[in-house]
Amino acid sequence: MANANQNGTTAWQLVLAWGFVGIPLLWGVSETVINAMKLFQ
Amino acid sequence: MSFLDRSLTVANPGFNRWMVPPAALCIHLCIGQAYAFSVFNLPMTKLIGITQSAPGDWKLTELGWIFSIAIFFLGASAAVLGRWVEEGGPRRAMFTAGLCWAVGFFISAIGVYLHTLWLIYLGYGVIGGCGLGLGYISPVSTLIKWFPDRPGMATGMAIMGFGGGAFIASPLSVWLMQRFSTPTHVGVAEAFIGLGVIYLIFMWVGAAIVRTPAPGWKPEGYTPPAVAQKLITKNDVYVYDAIKTPQFWLIWWVLCLNVTAGIGVLGQASAMSQEMFPGKVTAIAAAGFVGLLSLFNMLGRFFWASTSDIIGRKNTYFCFFAIGTVLYALVPWTGEIHSVALFVLCFLVIITMYGGGFATVPAYLKDMFGTRYVGAIHGWLITAWSMAGIFGPVLVNYIRQYQIDHGVPKAQAYNVTMYVMAGLLVIGFFCNLFIKAVHERYHMRTDGETALGAAAEAGAAAAGRLTGKPASA
Repeated sequence: MANANQNGTTAWQLVLAWGFVGIPLLWGVSETVINAMKLFQ
Repeated sequence: MSFLDRSLTVANPGFNRWMVPPAALCIHLCIGQAYAFSVFNLPMTKLIGITQSAPGDWKLTELGWIFSIAIFFLGASAAVLGRWVEEGGPRRAMFTAGLCWAVGFFISAIGVYLHTLWLIYLGYGVIGGCGLGLGYISPVSTLIKWFPDRPGMATGMAIMGFGGGAFIASPLSVWLMQRFSTPTHVGVAEAFIGLGVIYLIFMWVGAAIVRTPAPGWKPEGYTPPAVAQKLITKNDVYVYDAIKTPQFWLIWWVLCLNVTAGIGVLGQASAMSQEMFPGKVTAIAAAGFVGLLSLFNMLGRFFWASTSDIIGRKNTYFCFFAIGTVLYALVPWTGEIHSVALFVLCFLVIITMYGGGFATVPAYLKDMFGTRYVGAIHGWLITAWSMAGIFGPVLVNYIRQYQIDHGVPKAQAYNVTMYVMAGLLVIGFFCNLFIKAVHERYHMRTDGETALGAAAEAGAAAAGRLTGKPASA
């Protein structure tokens, strides 16, 4: 991945950017799935 | 502010295009909060009474207007400001969207503090609604330009964020309200301020990250198809010419009908599941069902938009309308055989296609009208959503009430609604069927004008009303 970036975007910048949006989203999805499980209890 | 200029957002060589979807998600995850606004409704009916509504407290019917006004201004601002978004560039639009969205929350907080409802209508409804519209369309054309090889997947990712925003906003809002609540105070105003600050930071980070590709840029190893495809144009259509084409209005109806069918169900899912399966589906289980629907709504956006890159946009919508019609027609039968599992399965698939309809449409527009004004054209198309937001819930509610008033048991009160929804999807199928390539008379010429646009512009310029379009956008 870093090779493809040449001297522009680094792999760390990509990880940071995706983590910035991905972590809150995963947290929200996990909260929803936990609540949704009550449907099958 | 020069750092917002379009010219300063052009990517340097070596910029990785995969930085752009997170920038778009920064916006869409924030404005997706709109789907979770209802978590504030009950607390806002107890601002005076605290534990229960007191005389002078706002009523739910009054509060319902906040969301409706916001959705109306979403559509209106996306339509009116679409061209400004396209020509000013994504950073300016994202920055402004963040400002509007946050200021909307801050004004609403003042409205809660002063217990003045019109301030919330103005704040969240009007100003926040404009932030919604600007934010919704701002990354669309940029993503399409970065991912010419997979435009459906790229826009699907962003619009998936809009569906996912509620997942974050709902628990976050509840946590903020609990954090600031006291025995004598409901923490709604503080929660609004907290959300406004968080969203402002998030959306401005997105605005800082976003870049547009340099002119002539294309992904490594990508060669545009040499042979022109029938329903994928290589030409651009000017925004105000696009809305004169039958193709635009057919796609408008395709989106409107697809959304009408889904949005009515989404709003009534909890009550419907409990009434169709009395004793089997409890209120808690129904809430879980609503959560699952939201999850599949989000996943469907990515799945179907990505699939459309492989099977084509028209075929994707054929899938929505054909499969959707069958599934809606099957729902009453699931009630008759008392199968909660089949009922849930039907709606989970249906709701993926509801989300998929939103996510696939920018790429459909790009195929029909080119990339140059796709964001602005998408802005006009969003009015179909505003319209469906009225039609869908009204259809479901009124048909159900009519059935109950005429002695139909509650468990069967939704049957006619389901058949009506199936009928709407059949109409949508034919609208999609009639979509052909846009006539070449609407295409922009190489100097950036169309035969139609040039004539109109010459007249407008003569009247001294027009300053001219940019040389490049």
